[in-house]
Amino acid sequence: MTITFLMDGKEITIEDGKTLLEAARENGIDIPTICFHEATAANALCRICVVEIEGMRVLQPACIVHAATSMKVQTRSEKVIRARRTILEMLASTIDLSESPEIQNMMYEYGASSSRFPDSERRESEVKDDNPMYVRDYSKCLLCWRCVQVCAEDAQYTFAINFDGRGFETQIGTFFDRSIPETSCVLCGQCVAVCPTGALKPKREFLLEQGLSPQEISVLNTGRKKRK
Amino acid sequence: MSEIDLVPLHKELARFTPLGRSGLLPALHAAQKIYGWLPQEVAAEVARSLRVPLADVHGVIEFYSLFYNEQVGRNFIRVCTDQACALKGADNLLGRLCKHYDVEPGQTTEDLSLTIERSPCLGLCEQAPVALVDDDAQTNIAPDFKSYDLGIPRSLVYGSMRKLTVNCGNGTTTLAKYGEYSAYKKALSMTPEAVIAETDKASGLVGRGGAAFPTGIKWGGAAKIQADQKYVVCNADESEPGTFKDRVLLLDDPHRTIEGMCIAAYAIGATKGYIYIRAEYPYILPVLENALVEARSAGYLGSHFDIEIRVGAGAYICGEETALFESIEGKRGFPRVKPPFPTTNGLFDKPTVINNVETLCNVPLIISIGSAEYRKIGTEKSPGPKLFCVSGDVAKPGLYEVPFGVTLREMLKMAGGVAGKKQLKAVLFGGAAGAFATSAHLDVKLTFEDLRAAGLPLGSGVIMVFDETRDLRDALKRLGKFFAHESCGKCYPCQMGTQRQMEILDRVANGNVLPGDFVRLEDVGWAMTDASLCGLGQTAASAVLSAMKLWPELFVEESKVENKKVSRVSKVSKAAKKAVKKDVSKISKVSKVSKAKSIKVKKVVKAIVKKNSKAPTNKK
Repeated sequence: MTITFLMDGKEITIEDGKTLLEAARENGIDIPTICFHEATAANALCRICVVEIEGMRVLQPACIVHAATSMKVQTRSEKVIRARRTILEMLASTIDLSESPEIQNMMYEYGASSSRFPDSERRESEVKDDNPMYVRDYSKCLLCWRCVQVCAEDAQYTFAINFDGRGFETQIGTFFDRSIPETSCVLCGQCVAVCPTGALKPKREFLLEQGLSPQEISVLNTGRKKRK
Repeated sequence: MSEIDLVPLHKELARFTPLGRSGLLPALHAAQKIYGWLPQEVAAEVARSLRVPLADVHGVIEFYSLFYNEQVGRNFIRVCTDQACALKGADNLLGRLCKHYDVEPGQTTEDLSLTIERSPCLGLCEQAPVALVDDDAQTNIAPDFKSYDLGIPRSLVYGSMRKLTVNCGNGTTTLAKYGEYSAYKKALSMTPEAVIAETDKASGLVGRGGAAFPTGIKWGGAAKIQADQKYVVCNADESEPGTFKDRVLLLDDPHRTIEGMCIAAYAIGATKGYIYIRAEYPYILPVLENALVEARSAGYLGSHFDIEIRVGAGAYICGEETALFESIEGKRGFPRVKPPFPTTNGLFDKPTVINNVETLCNVPLIISIGSAEYRKIGTEKSPGPKLFCVSGDVAKPGLYEVPFGVTLREMLKMAGGVAGKKQLKAVLFGGAAGAFATSAHLDVKLTFEDLRAAGLPLGSGVIMVFDETRDLRDALKRLGKFFAHESCGKCYPCQMGTQRQMEILDRVANGNVLPGDFVRLEDVGWAMTDASLCGLGQTAASAVLSAMKLWPELFVEESKVENKKVSRVSKVSKAAKKAVKKDVSKISKVSKVSKAKSIKVKKVVKAIVKKNSKAPTNKK
């Protein structure tokens, strides 16, 4: 079964059951995404993929809304652009985007200014370096939820991390702020793999960036015994 | 840390273990009752008993304002500092209280005897200023806090008719006084389809919680799905600032709500019901529990359908229906994406009907008198009686029951007009998620259709009156703070937008507006309105945007107000919008300058504020 609908005035025919995002990608129409990842359940929370659908009261997230016959979708209406630009500007005023080249590109594309919100509170935290596998720098965390998801039902069923706080003060956290080795974390590394911003970083990469040479790093690992 | 005795906890937890994760909130409440707060060992024990991951238990404790993972006082005073109470001097009251006990708001006394907190709206707006002292409502508190009412709050019920509030105003109505559930009995003699038809287009009943969704569509949707289990949920998480109708209905006439739920359960084929009530109404709990016991002994509740009470823990977002389900399921109150809708995938992923208290109270009325008779009340498009929560600067604040269709003027007249013979400045309609009206709206009829045409939301029936002397910047600042405090943090527009909105509104209130703030505030507001995931974010800027339309001069720097005409502001903002990049570079320069000058500027602004208005300046 296929369905036909309009996206940016272009008639698109796709398989029934596909999302607007899939439809757009298959047809060369660019819809930006931040929290979306093929391997995790889509929560439609970053809202950067919102599009305008005729007859709908509010903008709809393309990552989860299914295309339907005779739908009329605008992926770059004035409303959409204002929402995307403002979300990007708020992100830039909240977290450290220095290791998010994709988002920096989006900001350029949407004319979003990184200094749009002066005198505003940022989400800053100290780098947490408490385990041999990865380093956590939540000043760079976008709250895309992917790490929490892969640690739970989306992959590992480890449930080592969840959320601290609420609203703007939300942050990824462990039970009573325990260090990673004190949690149920099995160091599987999946959270690091899905992190889009460098908030979670392999320890080795972190040390190399700090200026340590590979030799110096291997000396750090002297605690490890060689297998016979 | 090892001195914590976990024996009393084990006894309590036995009750919740069979519930699994769904028992998490009740278990945490019980644990907190024992220890006063939730130390790590206690949280770990709760996690172990209910088989919930530690990190998830932590996440839940962190989400809800009324769970504490740090030591707090044995007693609590929570002073409401939202709109209605602020108009009656709540800030002053909080300041005096804190001075008296030598603590700052949010702090605990050294001997751990008392914690004093600011609280979001406590739903006692008609008796402001108010506080919650442990489980007692403290109302009508005198400025020197030497006189007040303490205990179960009074119900001030007025209006031109008494259909929904027939048993309200004289204390709790027992089952003996309420009489038999005659509407339920009548419903049982009808087919479920016929019952649904009555609550659908025949009566024209729509939800009274704020969203005005047709009740019959919900019921019909859940009824037609085949499922091993269906639920009826009563949304009693009344938290919209300025709203207190459900408090009165549940406290004075709990059986009306329960009867409404019984009828809903029969109509859709549900065997289990929940009443989710906010934790800020602790004094209603014994009343509700007793009413359920009475209903069980009379046979209305039992194996065919029974109701469990669930208590929130300080989260406005849990009034959003899917966040409420998550909360009952023992999770952080994050709203879900829709579709799927509750009628097919609701509580525990089962077909669920969720209705507000007032909506459910309409059901026995519709069934007993019939939809034709019901439609004689109100207007054609807005049939039935409606409760309005009138507070602020009126002579007679209280709960008003009227037919849909009275005008705002008539409503205010009933409430004795603006207090102190002052002029009307503004009315906040529909709560914090509502919109401002002015005297130009006095002849608007209070119906869904007329209000919609006037660009005003009915919301949860809030009518909060501000007289001519009030500084609306202070009201806006409180709105900003409220939404920033209550955003769940899930979707980006609301999570960051409520914070940025609060910061700009703080600047507006303090008189240190930055160039470009007007457009900035508009952009944040529209991004939240258009792109947020749930109703909270979509309405978090509603009142602010309405105020920007009505009084743009409020949002311009204080010192410039006198020189700038209203019409020029929007032109300025449009020009600024066109030159965003230029504007931004200017802003960054200006902000540096303004920081350097901030001390001087603040002093000047304060002097101006004092000069220009009699309203008190806003100190944090």
